[in-house]
Amino acid sequence: MSDAPQREQRVLSGTHFMLGDHACAEGALAGGVDYFGGYPITPSTEIAERLARRLPAVGGKYVQMEDELGSIMSILGASAAGARSLTATSGPGFSLMMESIGLAAMMELPCVIVDVQRASPSTGLPTMVGQSDILQARWGSHGDYGMAAFSPASPQECFDLTVHALNVADQYRIPVFLMMDEVVAHMTERVVIPPADEVPLVHRKRPDHKPGAQRHLPYAVGEDGVPAMAHAGEGYKVHMTGLTHDERGYPALTPATHNALVNRLVDKVRHNAQHIMRYDEFELDDAETVVIAFGCTSRSARQAVRQARQRGAKCGLLRLVSVWPFPEQRIRELLQRGTVRRFVVPEVNLGQLRREVERLTQLPVQRINHAGGAMPTPADILEVLL
Amino acid sequence: MTATSAVIARDHPNDPLLRSDRFPHILCPGCGIGTVIHCYVEAMAASGVPLDNHVCVSGIGCSGRAAGYVNVDSYHTAHGRAIPFALGIAIHKPELRVTVISGDGDLTAIGGNHFIHAARRNMNLTVVCINNFNYGMTGGQAGPTSPRGSITSTAPKGVHDRPFNLPDLARAAGASFVARWTILHVRQLRDAILRGLQKPGFSFIEALSPCPTNFGRANDLGDGMAEMEVYRQRCRIVQELPGFDELDIDFVDEERPIAVGNFVDIDRHPYQPVGADAFDNVPNGTQRVHHPVGEE
Ligand SMILES: Cc1ncc(C[n+]2csc(CCOP(=O)(O)OP(=O)(O)O)c2C)c(N)n1
Ligand code: SF4
Ligand SMILES: [Mg+2]
Repeated sequence: MSDAPQREQRVLSGTHFMLGDHACAEGALAGGVDYFGGYPITPSTEIAERLARRLPAVGGKYVQMEDELGSIMSILGASAAGARSLTATSGPGFSLMMESIGLAAMMELPCVIVDVQRASPSTGLPTMVGQSDILQARWGSHGDYGMAAFSPASPQECFDLTVHALNVADQYRIPVFLMMDEVVAHMTERVVIPPADEVPLVHRKRPDHKPGAQRHLPYAVGEDGVPAMAHAGEGYKVHMTGLTHDERGYPALTPATHNALVNRLVDKVRHNAQHIMRYDEFELDDAETVVIAFGCTSRSARQAVRQARQRGAKCGLLRLVSVWPFPEQRIRELLQRGTVRRFVVPEVNLGQLRREVERLTQLPVQRINHAGGAMPTPADILEVLL
Repeated sequence: MTATSAVIARDHPNDPLLRSDRFPHILCPGCGIGTVIHCYVEAMAASGVPLDNHVCVSGIGCSGRAAGYVNVDSYHTAHGRAIPFALGIAIHKPELRVTVISGDGDLTAIGGNHFIHAARRNMNLTVVCINNFNYGMTGGQAGPTSPRGSITSTAPKGVHDRPFNLPDLARAAGASFVARWTILHVRQLRDAILRGLQKPGFSFIEALSPCPTNFGRANDLGDGMAEMEVYRQRCRIVQELPGFDELDIDFVDEERPIAVGNFVDIDRHPYQPVGADAFDNVPNGTQRVHHPVGEE
């Protein structure tokens, strides 16, 4: 990966006309993924197919696992051995991964899980769009833990946010989700891949002492709450467990240790939310109606806001690039202006993100929902904005 | 602490191989799991592979606690998922010798699918299954290796389902090395694990082991020593993999032998990840459509 010609091969610098799923795979390559373990599922399969070809060619490893229970655990094992690792799936596979996502959080093993959302629950509409795994991404595994989730709205963002997700996972040692959706995954658009040396790469913090020099404490932390990571095979004699553990990584089964550990896992993200979070704003300055949207739906929302503005409606869009952490602070600031009269939340589920907005305001929060298979059109949103 | 125990604690030759700062361990008196751990660390020391290149991965259960006591990079993962975790390590760092030590329930009930697929791929892993015929940690429920008729907390009138024959399963799935020993056979068990560590591909070692607290008590097998006596009387060492029914274990029929041995030791291609030479770098249909960035 440090090897320069290989880095050139990894990063397909240039301007492309590219499928969202392929852009995600290229983001994985440019972002330095060493290992991909996956199991085919529509509409994410093109990510696996592309990486099956591309990853071995640049010195990475691809394994098609027996199921998603195996996919997620194999990327965690690879991560423990030092790999940047990623898997890609859709709702049914995402559900299977949930238990091990908690293990990733507890062991603090960096990993990226791509969920290309389709219409759910169950097998639902396998080839059609959904955005209904967004709360599952936040709360799906049992217990409290820190994580982050990004939702691309274009193939370009599939590339950019895959790189960002890998960086955030490594920097904070958390599971990070790329919550794509079928529309964005199967959309072909212009994707600009920068020169290799312009792709930002952030790596996990590593121990500052040599193995054997002193006792290595795998979970000792400084101010940022993130422990330095020693990998399998380096001589540090690491121990990791999903049980509640102390700094040595040894089980320490007391309520006090548990409380301190779980709070730290959550605080790693909470205290760094401003660095992890991303959103963008469109026409918000004097907006009385604020539309909050993410992924494919934010494209309809932008169009609707543009059309409504032409007809004199004072509205704007807060587009969530990171859904988690949720930009709570930014919404509070908008509310303090006193100009906002209402929120509108379009999404391809029955109101999952709306709850998050309702939590922050007494103002009306209007919903525009479709259970899946189709997304709100600009006309659907415009009707509510006017 | 008496003077004698202090001397023993200071001088045991295996101390550097164990995380002695974690003792006392959680295992019950008479449990066989400690013996399997002992056989593993001795095999590890004898393997010629530097200690820093050994990795131990476990799932969840009493047997799953093995990873917590060995002084190498070690991971105590999730119930049933030790094998895919180990696979991720072994693939990213092929120079490491990754051993999975876990229970019968962990590896062959909830984790059964990973087990057969890792064997199918002939993945470079040594898998040691501590078979105590039940779910020890959760209080002695029936599992996929509980012999028919045996009493467990969830089969008070005797287990109804047919059990797995693990050596047969491992062989059929494609393992290169398959052995079954008991914790009475300390030397053979250590040597079988050693063979596993040295052999490329998937090695499977079943270690029959007393769980006096649960299975032993429910089935009148007595304490750990008494169950070892059963092994001593009834084990027959065989060279070839016996037929399916001959591998059955039956604690009720006292005439029935328990087949043990190194059953399979064959050379098959071990797993090789797809190499760099396998594909063109850029797939068809992904040519750049405009000029490279910067020239536009
Ligand atoms: C997903 C999940 N299901 C159930 C459990 C509860 N559980 C913990 S250990 C165990 C069985 C362990 O049996 P085995 O693998 O044979 O190990 P032993 O304790 O007998 O050594 C079970 C069912 C769990 N931890 N996780
Ligand atoms: S319950 Fe059984 S398997 Fe678990 S430690 Fe006790 S004797 Fe060993
Ligand atoms: Mg058991």
